[in-house]
Amino acid sequence: MCRIGAIKSLNYVHPSMALQLMQSQQKGHDNSGFAMVMQDLGGIFEPYKKLPTLSMACTSEGIKLAEDILHEIGFHRIMQWSPEVNDKPGLDINAMPHYVFETFNYPRSYKKASQKEKEELLLDTRLRLRRVLEKDEEGFVYSFWPDLLTLKEIGDPRDIGTYFNLWKANTTFTAKVITAQCRQNTNYDIVRYAAHPFHLQGYTALANGENTFYLKNKEYQQQLHRGYIGFESDSQCFLYTLHYVHRELGWPLSYYKHVVTPLPFEEIDARQDRKQLLAIRQSLAHLEINGPNTIIGMLPDNSLFTCCDAKKLRPVVVGYDSETVVISSEVCGINEVLPDRNWENDIYPNEREIVVINDELEVQRWKQ
Amino acid sequence: METMRVNQLTANDLPWKILYNASRCTLCGSCLATCSFRAIKAKVERRRMVFSEGDLPEPRARFSAVPVIRQGTSIRDYCRGCAMCEKVCPNDAIRPERNVDTRHPIVTRCLGGDSIKRGGRKNLEGTIRTLDTLRVGRISQMTDPSLDAQRHKFDLLAPFGRILPPGRLPFIAGTDQEMSLGELTPPVSWVYPVIIGDMSIGALSWRMWEAVAMATAYLNEECGLPVRMCSGEGGVPRRLLRSKYLKYMILQIASGHFGWNRIATSMPDMIEDPAGILIKIGQGAKPGDGGLLQAGKVAEHIQAIRGVPKADLLSPPNHQGLYSIEESVQKMFLSLNAAFKFRVPVAIKVAASATSVSVFNNLVRDPYNIVGGFFLDGIDGGTGAAHEVSLDHTGHPIVSKLRDCYLAAVTQGRQGQIPLWAAGGLGKTGDLAADAFKMICLGANGVFTGKLILQMAGCVGNDMGRCNACNTGLCPAGITTQEPQLVRRLDPDRVAQNIVNYYLAMDQELKKLMAPIGNSTLPVGRADALVSTDRAIAERLKIQHVC
Repeated sequence: MCRIGAIKSLNYVHPSMALQLMQSQQKGHDNSGFAMVMQDLGGIFEPYKKLPTLSMACTSEGIKLAEDILHEIGFHRIMQWSPEVNDKPGLDINAMPHYVFETFNYPRSYKKASQKEKEELLLDTRLRLRRVLEKDEEGFVYSFWPDLLTLKEIGDPRDIGTYFNLWKANTTFTAKVITAQCRQNTNYDIVRYAAHPFHLQGYTALANGENTFYLKNKEYQQQLHRGYIGFESDSQCFLYTLHYVHRELGWPLSYYKHVVTPLPFEEIDARQDRKQLLAIRQSLAHLEINGPNTIIGMLPDNSLFTCCDAKKLRPVVVGYDSETVVISSEVCGINEVLPDRNWENDIYPNEREIVVINDELEVQRWKQ
Repeated sequence: METMRVNQLTANDLPWKILYNASRCTLCGSCLATCSFRAIKAKVERRRMVFSEGDLPEPRARFSAVPVIRQGTSIRDYCRGCAMCEKVCPNDAIRPERNVDTRHPIVTRCLGGDSIKRGGRKNLEGTIRTLDTLRVGRISQMTDPSLDAQRHKFDLLAPFGRILPPGRLPFIAGTDQEMSLGELTPPVSWVYPVIIGDMSIGALSWRMWEAVAMATAYLNEECGLPVRMCSGEGGVPRRLLRSKYLKYMILQIASGHFGWNRIATSMPDMIEDPAGILIKIGQGAKPGDGGLLQAGKVAEHIQAIRGVPKADLLSPPNHQGLYSIEESVQKMFLSLNAAFKFRVPVAIKVAASATSVSVFNNLVRDPYNIVGGFFLDGIDGGTGAAHEVSLDHTGHPIVSKLRDCYLAAVTQGRQGQIPLWAAGGLGKTGDLAADAFKMICLGANGVFTGKLILQMAGCVGNDMGRCNACNTGLCPAGITTQEPQLVRRLDPDRVAQNIVNYYLAMDQELKKLMAPIGNSTLPVGRADALVSTDRAIAERLKIQHVC
């Protein structure tokens, strides 16, 4: 089973905190991988908040292929960083030869382009890179987006932490929001792309659970947007629905819950906004999810949220102090990283709410 | 010696033979009074008994006249195998037996010079039903738990009405994360996923039709199941048109437009909108053929409701004046939508056919968003009268066609926008919940059923040629007849009770199928929940093959 976690802080935090958060929940997952997405970056990436950073695991040939494509499109690299690896014998990690985090300037022709045009370019570029590198497994392109980076690997999370020197905190590699998960997708083939968190155009999602409406979701989503691809994991559907509802349709986040876990008809009928809710339930019936799951999502504005399936079949808890909010599948993870918080304030979200943490770290509970 | 008359009709030429045991018969006459087909007759037989009374053989004969029951040998009044005689006989003295040597299909045509007509039954017998090779094979367990059919809440509802693509919902963003709907959207009602299919007053006896209407109202008012009933093409009693129960009725309009004069003139008196309008273009049991109500069944009240004289009533095979899909959409749909001021969903019913996907594609792409449902009717269903050659040799199975339509919608990213409703032999084994559930997993939003409703009422017809005399007006169960003495055999309260109970049982069974796959709403299109033991079927339906 997956365990998921997220940290949002007023200060820049190092991924070691995410590792600690997940390590204490180790018995609940199967130690088959570690993946994280960092957003609102600090350290060496802080000066480049407006510029896209490519996150990629690849071979030497993969780097060459990717750079050729980026160069052809007109991107100029202005910063490159690779984690210093500790390849000591005995580590349980299925490492790729290279881990590349490169920040680029937009092509000159995009100097006057709108934000939306730039965002579409970044998506198209990532999809192209993925397509080209996928052929001979020369690399895996996880994200290409401003102020955001992704690291995913197969193996024991402790050893992955050791390999990338992530256990020891420093100030060069930090972010204000980190989402993390410690399991490969062991239900199906082990594919790096199948490990959540998943990212698309500023939206990140990870989930603990199963989506029994996976086929319905997938068949509908694959016609909705060119970015809805892969489907290596049933949890990708959560991300695509989030992206579709919030970005493509432009609906407020509160309606996400009405799409994925709509109210029963009886309850809709008793609501003042029944017309809207019914219209949503009807038109997006194929984006409804069933099965047990907890979702953590991260939006482009750095806000973080969590919600559960309609029957609350999977756990999640939110704990916080004045500077940091932590979402975790199990409370032991929060006890580990925020031992001095007032645990009486911990929130155990119910099946009909979304807990949202905005950029000012205000924690809100929205009833569906 | 007189030449034997080869062409004289005997019981052995007919589909059923009456087995009669004179020694058990009490001569009560119940069988004679019961047989609505007049297939048996009382007759006096001359019997000769030879006996000897002395010590030595001195044979003598005694003649007697014995009243007996004999089978008739007319091609008009012949035994249909309904076994009502057996049902009423106090002594088990009489019963019909299937005659494997029947020459009926030949002699009827030879003697009558006319096509054979009968009630709708059979079509695909002799093969294993596609649905019976399917199992619900994706069971939730471990990390993805099954639900509890008793404890959890299930939303067993299906849409009836046109559903807009999400991008076309007229939402207006308000303050504080609220949205409101800016303009009218097409009417959609969420109804029970098993609609009672279109059987007309005329085809059905007034008691039968009323019993179905009663069951529908009871299911809604007392059981909380929003079941809808389609009127069939034959009008609706004015009393019902003016009652609050109209909201549970889907009014059908077909090529004969029977009953629509009365519906139209009742509109000012309606206190509720009907549940919907169903435009029947075709039907699965006799595709390409219109409805047929023979004069024998056009009783006075049928003449009144339909506004017709006593004559054979034939719905033309086609809606006159509709020669293209676009036109049917624009003209017929718009006028019927407008008739109820765009408050009532309007759907279409077509026969499953090799071309169904093209029709569906056209409708689902229609820019007016006014087609509120695609009712696809396959072979193997049917309740009314038709030419036997149509019943037996035309039509298209429903399962693959429904799947094709759903997958066509998937290809376009338009699944669910025109709800798919499927029928045609569903519930044939008596287990409608399983059939409905499998069809839903294959992409149907819901199903509709007619024939099974008749069987709930007591119809004894089956797919092997038993009874199937719906066309004659002589239904021995009082279901498809307008003869008062036959109709009185049917107890409408009991029929309504049977239908209600069947629905309640089916409701539980649907939940028992949803719970193991962990779904609390209908798994429309969840083909991953199904497996098939037949490789060809699995490949055709794009589901997992298991062995």
